[in-house]
Amino acid sequence: MPAVTETIDAVHSVTNSTYKYGFETDIDMDFAPKGLNEDIVRFISAKKGEPEWLLEWRLKAFALWKTMAEPRWAAVKFPPIDYQDAYYYAAPKKKDGPKSLDEVDPELLRTYEKLGIPLKEQAILAGVEGAGESPAEGRMPVAVDAVFDSVSVATTFKGRLEKEGIIFCSISEAVRNHPELVRQYLGTVVPQGDNFYAALNSAVFTDGSFVYIPKGVRCPMELSTYFRINAKSTGQFERTLIIADAGAHVSYLEGCTAPMRDENQLHAAVVELVALDDATIKYSTVQNWYPGDENGKGGIYNFVTKRGACRGARSKISWTQVETGSSITWKYPSCILQGDDSVGEFYSVAITNNWQQADTGTKMFHIGKNTRSTIISKGISAGQGQNTYRGLVKISPKASGARNFTQCDSLLIGDKCGAHTVPYIENRCMTAKVEHEATTSRIAEDQLFYCRQRGLSEEDAVGLIVNGFCREVLKELPMEFAVEAQKLLQISLEGSVG
Amino acid sequence: MSATGDIIMAENALTEPGASGFLHRFEGLRARLPGQRLPWLAARREAAAEAFRAQGFPTRRVEAWKYTDLAPLTQAGFGEALTSVDGAMTLPRAAAPRRVVFVDGRFRPDLSDPEAPVRSLAQHLGAAEGLLGSLARIEDLPLVALNTAMFEDGALIDLAPGEDGGVVELLHVTLADRPVAVHPRHLVRLGAGAKLVLIERNWGHGESRYLNSPVLEFEVAADAHVTHARLQQEGKGGIHLSTVFARVAEEGTYDSFLLHAGAKLARSEAHVVLAGPKAAAHLNGAQLLGDGQHGDCTTFLEHAAPDCPSRQTVKTVLAGKSRGVFQGKILVDQIAQRTDGYQMNQALLLSDQAEIDSKPQLEIYADDVKCSHGATVGELDEDQIFYLRSRGIPEATARSLLIEAFLQEAVESVADETARAALAEAVSGWWEKMA
Repeated sequence: MPAVTETIDAVHSVTNSTYKYGFETDIDMDFAPKGLNEDIVRFISAKKGEPEWLLEWRLKAFALWKTMAEPRWAAVKFPPIDYQDAYYYAAPKKKDGPKSLDEVDPELLRTYEKLGIPLKEQAILAGVEGAGESPAEGRMPVAVDAVFDSVSVATTFKGRLEKEGIIFCSISEAVRNHPELVRQYLGTVVPQGDNFYAALNSAVFTDGSFVYIPKGVRCPMELSTYFRINAKSTGQFERTLIIADAGAHVSYLEGCTAPMRDENQLHAAVVELVALDDATIKYSTVQNWYPGDENGKGGIYNFVTKRGACRGARSKISWTQVETGSSITWKYPSCILQGDDSVGEFYSVAITNNWQQADTGTKMFHIGKNTRSTIISKGISAGQGQNTYRGLVKISPKASGARNFTQCDSLLIGDKCGAHTVPYIENRCMTAKVEHEATTSRIAEDQLFYCRQRGLSEEDAVGLIVNGFCREVLKELPMEFAVEAQKLLQISLEGSVG
Repeated sequence: MSATGDIIMAENALTEPGASGFLHRFEGLRARLPGQRLPWLAARREAAAEAFRAQGFPTRRVEAWKYTDLAPLTQAGFGEALTSVDGAMTLPRAAAPRRVVFVDGRFRPDLSDPEAPVRSLAQHLGAAEGLLGSLARIEDLPLVALNTAMFEDGALIDLAPGEDGGVVELLHVTLADRPVAVHPRHLVRLGAGAKLVLIERNWGHGESRYLNSPVLEFEVAADAHVTHARLQQEGKGGIHLSTVFARVAEEGTYDSFLLHAGAKLARSEAHVVLAGPKAAAHLNGAQLLGDGQHGDCTTFLEHAAPDCPSRQTVKTVLAGKSRGVFQGKILVDQIAQRTDGYQMNQALLLSDQAEIDSKPQLEIYADDVKCSHGATVGELDEDQIFYLRSRGIPEATARSLLIEAFLQEAVESVADETARAALAEAVSGWWEKMA
């Protein structure tokens, strides 16, 4: 037993000290007045110089939002949110649209440096137009779009991408420069009235990334967005739209952090993916928002709507997420498999420690023939954490030959946490095959004993076992992220492993 | 004379549809319901009617009723069953040596074996105090509230410690010559170390619409073992909505098997609590659904004590335009360390118009547990059919064989031979009858 007792004690010792992204950056900020009403929506739209149609679109979303109620079906508990007590627009004060990183506040760049995003180094590379863009140190280059509170502050590697015809910019920029594309796709996967938080986002979204990969183009590098909530009392409402045209291929990474604060901050993002014929979108997330302290004070409410539409035949959308942060996670990245032979994938690791709550999973809608989906979910609960997998596999009568495999495993560390599994399977097609399996267990004494007997410290042993537990998901992450994710797993459970 | 006339009027009239119809019927019947002179029971019925009034019939907005629509029930009117004294009715062949029979919710001593350890609840209500409603919740289960307000009769089985109740068939027949609604209430208590095999059969024939909505409560004391085989063979127009509660003490066993074979709309809900260390539960079942049928097997199993094993295998076969539902929740309390829970549900779709909705659910608050669940949905394996046909077995027979093999696995989990035979008989040849 001592091993377990130590493990549990160690869980308690994981405190905010392990959240190394908890710093705040002191930058001159531009705020909209607190509160939410039609004028704020107009203010945001005006601030961003948006066309009339987008303002109308936002106002419609706002009208819908007012008629909706917060969803309460998830297995998470939180006090009522006062939506009037937050800033809906916060931007670092700067000249409009930085043309290069030189125009970006150096404080900001330092923030991103602290976060480990090599903006500067890559910006230098990006500055050298043309052949100079060779990968540094033999690493695959990653193009980064950095979003600070509400606004995209810098996008790297633009030049190189433009040569391929790839559009990678902030969504505000896309509205200005490619309105026809934005207008054609915005809200077609997640409509304004989809759910409470999506409606809120549609009304007040401030920035986010936009990606368009033209026909037949394989994006030569990973695209990445780094989100950071910095200012106090702000919500972050970013909106991401990724379109992979026929035969295109893109891998997109998303990372998030926030400073440590006593208050809870709301993050209600919307991500829409559209894959046309033969296109592939791989979307990876390492979510490390501030999780709150060991008493459950503070932390981010991560209420996010992510959905991808496999519109074309043989298209593929793959979601991979490592969720270690946020005090509450409410997130169900989904796939609408419309095209025949399209493929949806969901790989997830969710960790809840201390008082974190996660209610996450996916929805797979099989509409086209021979559509396939795979769901692998690994939940790890420690401390007083509550971790729920909630997922839906829905097969329509026309989806003949559809196939789904789902595996949900939960690992409990300590006896004060909870692990829950709520899968829904709705099948209306005779020739479809659906398989679901779920297990719940803890780290067995004999596993620990076996490792320790071979000279591993208890911490390393638990690390090894947890890593093995998550391996199927971690191996789906792009190289650079996989390293970060493994580190994060270690940090999130650092104390819990002796 | 006029009073009698009123009663006949009330009996013959169909109520208006919906919850208010049932409430009006309760108003009209209340004085004649058994046990109205017992203050505790009268109060309980009133409270239950109030709870039902407050909740109404569940709609699909209620998470637990997401997949089952009670419109066929709420959009129709129902009347009270006439007290039938027809002794010469056709009954299905007995499944056990000792059988007790209820017709339209009322005990029929003339058709029952006096040796069986079963008494009429209506006639022994004094003995039911403290047992009736000890497990059944009315606050959040409107159908249980309705039953508590309206029940006319039911079986009372009270076994002393160490007593062996043997194998008993509890047959409930609904004579659906008109749209009646019956609400039987069965109470079963097993003293420490007692044993019972109960084959509960709900049987009906004909096409008419009717509602049979029984509630059963099982108190299983330490080291007592009950096998509860349930055969739902209601008539084609029948609506069967049953709720079973069981509470199992230390080292006791509640071993159940549910077969849904009849009815137009059937939902069986089980709420089982493993309350003492090493208590065990089996919640197995099979649903055979043909054209136009809706079957819903919903279970809530709570592990409230350490070292309890639970097993659940539910199989659903769907033909024609049918819909099957499985919802199985396992809740493991923080105290329930060393829980060993296993749940499997499988569905076989034989038609492109059938639909299966499955929601297995684990909610776990203890860390030293072994819990797993699995779910599969698919069609018959063409390779297996081909294999059988290549050996000279006609296709229809091959299909039938494979379907029976699929169901066999679930039925085999029933340890008691008599109960298993009764279930096997109900299952066998189902596909041939369907075709």
